[in-house]
Amino acid sequence: MLRDPMVTAVQEKTGAGKSVDADLARRAFRTMLLARATEEKLAALYRAGMIKGGVFLGKGQEALSTASAIFLRKGDIFGPLIRDQAGRLAFGDTVLDTLRTYLGSAKGPMRGRDGNIHRGRPKEGYYAMISHLGALIPVVAGGLYARRLRGETGVVGVTSIGDGATSTGAFHEGVNLAAVERLPLVVVVANNQYAYSTPNNRQFACADLLDKAAGYGIAGFKCDGTDPAACLETLHLAVQAAREGHGPQLVVATLLRLVGHGEHDDAGYVDPGLRKANVGRDCLDVGAAQLIEAGTATAADIAAWTKEAQAEVEAALNKAQREKGPDPDTEDWQAISTEHLVEGQYDTEDE
Amino acid sequence: MSVTYLEAIRAAQEKALSDDPRVFIYGQDVGVFGGAFKATKNLAAEFPGRVMDSPLSEDAIVGMAIGAAIEGARPIVEMQFADFSTVGFNQIVNQAATLYYRTDVPCPIVVRLPSGGTLGAGPFHSQSMEAIYSHYPGLVVMTPATVEDAYSMLLEAVAIDDPVIFCEHKLLYYHLKADKLPDTAQPAGKARIARAGRDATVVTYSAMLHESLQAAEELVEEGWQIEVIDLRTVKPLDTDTVLASVARTGRLLVVGEAWPWGGVTAEVISRIATEGFGLLDAAPMRLNAKDTPVPYHPDLWAAHRPTASAVAARLRKLLTQ
Ligand SMILES: Cc1ncc(C[n+]2csc(CCOP(=O)(O)OP(=O)(O)O)c2C)c(N)n1
Repeated sequence: MLRDPMVTAVQEKTGAGKSVDADLARRAFRTMLLARATEEKLAALYRAGMIKGGVFLGKGQEALSTASAIFLRKGDIFGPLIRDQAGRLAFGDTVLDTLRTYLGSAKGPMRGRDGNIHRGRPKEGYYAMISHLGALIPVVAGGLYARRLRGETGVVGVTSIGDGATSTGAFHEGVNLAAVERLPLVVVVANNQYAYSTPNNRQFACADLLDKAAGYGIAGFKCDGTDPAACLETLHLAVQAAREGHGPQLVVATLLRLVGHGEHDDAGYVDPGLRKANVGRDCLDVGAAQLIEAGTATAADIAAWTKEAQAEVEAALNKAQREKGPDPDTEDWQAISTEHLVEGQYDTEDE
Repeated sequence: MSVTYLEAIRAAQEKALSDDPRVFIYGQDVGVFGGAFKATKNLAAEFPGRVMDSPLSEDAIVGMAIGAAIEGARPIVEMQFADFSTVGFNQIVNQAATLYYRTDVPCPIVVRLPSGGTLGAGPFHSQSMEAIYSHYPGLVVMTPATVEDAYSMLLEAVAIDDPVIFCEHKLLYYHLKADKLPDTAQPAGKARIARAGRDATVVTYSAMLHESLQAAEELVEEGWQIEVIDLRTVKPLDTDTVLASVARTGRLLVVGEAWPWGGVTAEVISRIATEGFGLLDAAPMRLNAKDTPVPYHPDLWAAHRPTASAVAARLRKLLTQ
């Protein structure tokens, strides 16, 4: 039996688009600002030794991350990864829950059981990544599949991935499976030139990661990840195409991570030339200039929004810092939900 | 001068590369960057073309090492964290582990697993996977607890003609120090009496050796002499050394950082119960992590893993039983 040939379109978006109105542009920019303010605070807390474990930030990727989630609505699925603080906020995560998770508050969504970027609220379509890169792609595909089974239509799932993790088996298997099932999945590749220290020329040999879209028989988009307007325009189209039933969409954005892999890492391996090139622009600077030029905001507006974002972070920190961590003595220490099948901690009891 | 556990691992790889042209190192960020933990620092410069960054592809990394080993190379593969070896699991347990049995061609690869819990590392950067790999026939599983063993066992791992899973503990990387690297070594597969005693035997390995030694120290003040055995290699398991110790002490506690169901501690107890039941004056005991993923929060983590005080408490129970 012959299958319908899939629409394989490759589109490149640059500059301001028509489909993104001023309101949305403002909302997106404020989300970027809030993410940046949140992450700056996280970095400061890390340096002060107040966060246990690593801190992994997305500085420079706020535009792409925001755009990934801002077109989603209730009932959609978002599966963010390491550098998606902005997208998480756009999807409805809060600064408070972010700080709670980093500080180990029992009131956070992860209750101290997991930390930092490994957070989510699956019941709300906000999936919680595991560290194993690539692993979330088939999971988001599965979420979409279940929604289809339930007869829900017009649902979209977005998940993101780095250039490095496009080399995983899970990426290949997940994207291929989504293509075969024609699921409304948008996979956003943040091609930030490095996977930890590994440059792209040690990661893949294709001329452009977008070439992979054709191999899977899915649509592909590319955009300048440092350009907020281009990111919004591109993701708007990709999400819409998925929502309208055109199957998986691969979005490849080019940008640079403007921080280390984690806050422990000085990123000395990054080619200084890249930092000075277009790819090394700070999307917040680009976004501010775009808003001012379009008359969507003034420099004074942006300064005020920045202050507001910082104040929101301060307020959330005040609250999160006063909350208690989990109490090992009252923890249930149960890894399964079926009460009568819980073995109990026979091994470590009463110590 | 002193040398850390991590430096010993680096030095062993340096020696392996310089002694044997068949050796190469492959893994994520192991090249110029020197690895996530710097276990291959400067090796790429010292040995051009033999210490290479891989793509982010654990399955392919291990598979590639296996192919190279078939052709006579001696690859050392670094997993960035032990936890990510699950992505290369199929290649390790089905390809590497079965090769010799099926084809009479051995598979001399070393897979280095930065293992075990550290503060704030959470569910996916803390796992102890020795039991899982030991379950599969065809693999040697090493769990060095000392700087000397980290060095000499890694060299031995490279020399061994079979696939070796080298579980190095991240908690020991920077803090555990020795005066110098060893010139001689006990062979793999032999356990070591890390502390002699007469009242009870603690059998353990990897980072739990240090918790157990501390617990034994604590009990000296209470008048107890605890013998502590470091298994060093969990597969093969040196049952004889454990049996001989239990013959002297009559009491056995087995301590491991991995999860309680099955695993190394259960295996030791099962062997001593079947082969040395008559030697036991009390029911053997064991202590493991709790049966949940490794929690992120420091307070939960401290309660999740066995600590010196938990080992001491368990020993008090064992001694008064
Ligand atoms: C399966 C797997 N292997 C290894 C790692 C360790 N690791 C964490 S981040 C990272 C680099 C990721 O690079 P990329 O996918 O490009 O994303 P970026 O960090 O650039 O956002 C690696 C190797 C992991 N998390 N998962």
